Amino acid sequence: MHIEVRNLNKSFGDFNAVQNVSFEIEKGHLIGLLGPSGGGKTSILRMLAGLETPSSGDILFHGKRVNDLPPQERGIGFVFQNYALFKHMTVYDNIAFGLKVKKQSKEQIRERVMSLVELTGLKGFEHRYAHQLSGGQRQRVAFARALAPEPQLLLLDEPFAAIDAKIRTELRTWLKEMIERVGITSIFVTHDQDEAIEVADEIMIINKGRLEQKGSPWEIYKNPETPFVASFIGESTIVEQVDKLKGFEEAAGEPGTKALIRPEYIEIGKPGEIKLASAATRGSVKHVHFRGSEWMVELDIGNMVLITYRPLEKEVLHPGDAVDVLVHRAYIFNDHESWIAENRLKVDPMPLYI
Amino acid sequence: MRKVWIALTYLVFTLLLIIPLIKIFSGSWANGWSGFVEAVTRPQSLHALMMTGIIVIVVTALNTIFGIMLALYLVRADWLGAKMKRLLGSMVDLPFAVSPVIGGLMIVLIFGPNTVLGALFEGAGIKIVYALPGMIIATLFVTFPLMVREVMPVLGEIGSQQEEAASTLGAYSWYTFWKVTWPSIRWGVIYGVVLTVARSLGEFGAVLVVSGNIMNKTQTATTLVYQDVENFNVVAANGIALILAAFSVGLLLMMEWAKKRKEVH
Repeated sequence: MHIEVRNLNKSFGDFNAVQNVSFEIEKGHLIGLLGPSGGGKTSILRMLAGLETPSSGDILFHGKRVNDLPPQERGIGFVFQNYALFKHMTVYDNIAFGLKVKKQSKEQIRERVMSLVELTGLKGFEHRYAHQLSGGQRQRVAFARALAPEPQLLLLDEPFAAIDAKIRTELRTWLKEMIERVGITSIFVTHDQDEAIEVADEIMIINKGRLEQKGSPWEIYKNPETPFVASFIGESTIVEQVDKLKGFEEAAGEPGTKALIRPEYIEIGKPGEIKLASAATRGSVKHVHFRGSEWMVELDIGNMVLITYRPLEKEVLHPGDAVDVLVHRAYIFNDHESWIAENRLKVDPMPLYI
Repeated sequence: MRKVWIALTYLVFTLLLIIPLIKIFSGSWANGWSGFVEAVTRPQSLHALMMTGIIVIVVTALNTIFGIMLALYLVRADWLGAKMKRLLGSMVDLPFAVSPVIGGLMIVLIFGPNTVLGALFEGAGIKIVYALPGMIIATLFVTFPLMVREVMPVLGEIGSQQEEAASTLGAYSWYTFWKVTWPSIRWGVIYGVVLTVARSLGEFGAVLVVSGNIMNKTQTATTLVYQDVENFNVVAANGIALILAAFSVGLLLMMEWAKKRKEVH
């Protein structure tokens, strides 16, 4: 289903949960609404479902305004955060609910339910009740139940929040596969960036009720449009005096300008290890932390602290060691503009400094 | 020392509950089986039991329907402010706080023959005070919180997500109520029904004030017992009391059963 949202607003009393949100979603896409808790993601999802009425703005499905349609008429499937399974019904009856409402024949219902049970790998559990299932199984029941009446849009509210961290990754892959196989337009809400990056075709970053940026995970990572997006996606350190870093002397034009530097933008090495030594700043190791597959290194440069990672194969650094720090790029921003700056000295390997 | 306290507790329990029950039982048989049958089959006894029966049935039916509805609207109404909800919630408990006699008096003051409303209904040929409608209203007033208070916490606990899920699956409110909400609140409602029956069976004060206690017209089983005691007709009083007590014991057993089921779900 093609979805369009125009200038959507929602306020609860004085609190503006959603402010002027507009976006379009192509048919068949899997969208992740990502943002901090309480940012208005769930409100947007509930308005799309018709469970909440917008204060103003339009919601269009296939170009038709659906604001005044009740949830029953919207042709959507909704997976709730805690699944909201009907607890006095078996798995079978839960999945069959939407079909019984539509007054389908017993054989039709049976066929559809059994095919969904098969699809979601719940075979053998049809006669169990919700409290006899594990978290992952409950989620699959909720998913099958939402899909049963063949909705054109699937909405999922924090689908993995109530699941153990270990099974979560497994379920993510499973859900992405399922949605691809069914080919249904889907929107899910999450506050976990890994989840959004891994599962979604496109991410919409929502903060304080506003849509900050919409794009593929790679685009958002590469070209964050706002400081919030830059700091929310990926890891980063904010640096106040970027002009102290070699190659960024001209970056900090006006006062109040800050730089956001990701660990992966930074290259470190013992003195002499880095080829472009002229573009590197001298610093020292503050701390090293073992992170399973790599070292996390905290660096001291003047009065700045930067964080980066170092592969295990390289020589182990110790606190106090002098290192050369090459910052490849930084995301520079101030109150009214933001841009990505590359290390200038990298371009000209024979600068005047020699 | 502890033993003394235990003995004392049992003594109070026996004095308060067991001995009166035995006394009612033996009292009603003081003149043998025929005495009991005679006391219970007097025209005024049969009439009073019938009145009690009608009141119990009508009040329970009305209280169940409106109690569930009010509980639903109080818990689920998003359009009501939180403050308004709290206010209405505590208003529901008003009958618990007010003495039933005063409850009855309020009804007399509103619907009595000398009031505007009372005269209006009287003109339409409906007598409220000193007649069955008034007695039903009085009992309804006294029993009203019972159902609401049983259903509200259950509704709050199950939350509205299951109902929302049903609505996204295409079910409208009536279907959702019967298929999703009702199975969850069922045992709470049954417990509320049992409480309402028990309370309306035994209601005395409010009914006495409203009914005027007219023999063969507005007398209920409890007010008849009261009158028999006043007339020193102890055997008859015990007979009616025994019937009421038998019902109460039956209800108690049902209550236990409903409570157990309520906990399961």
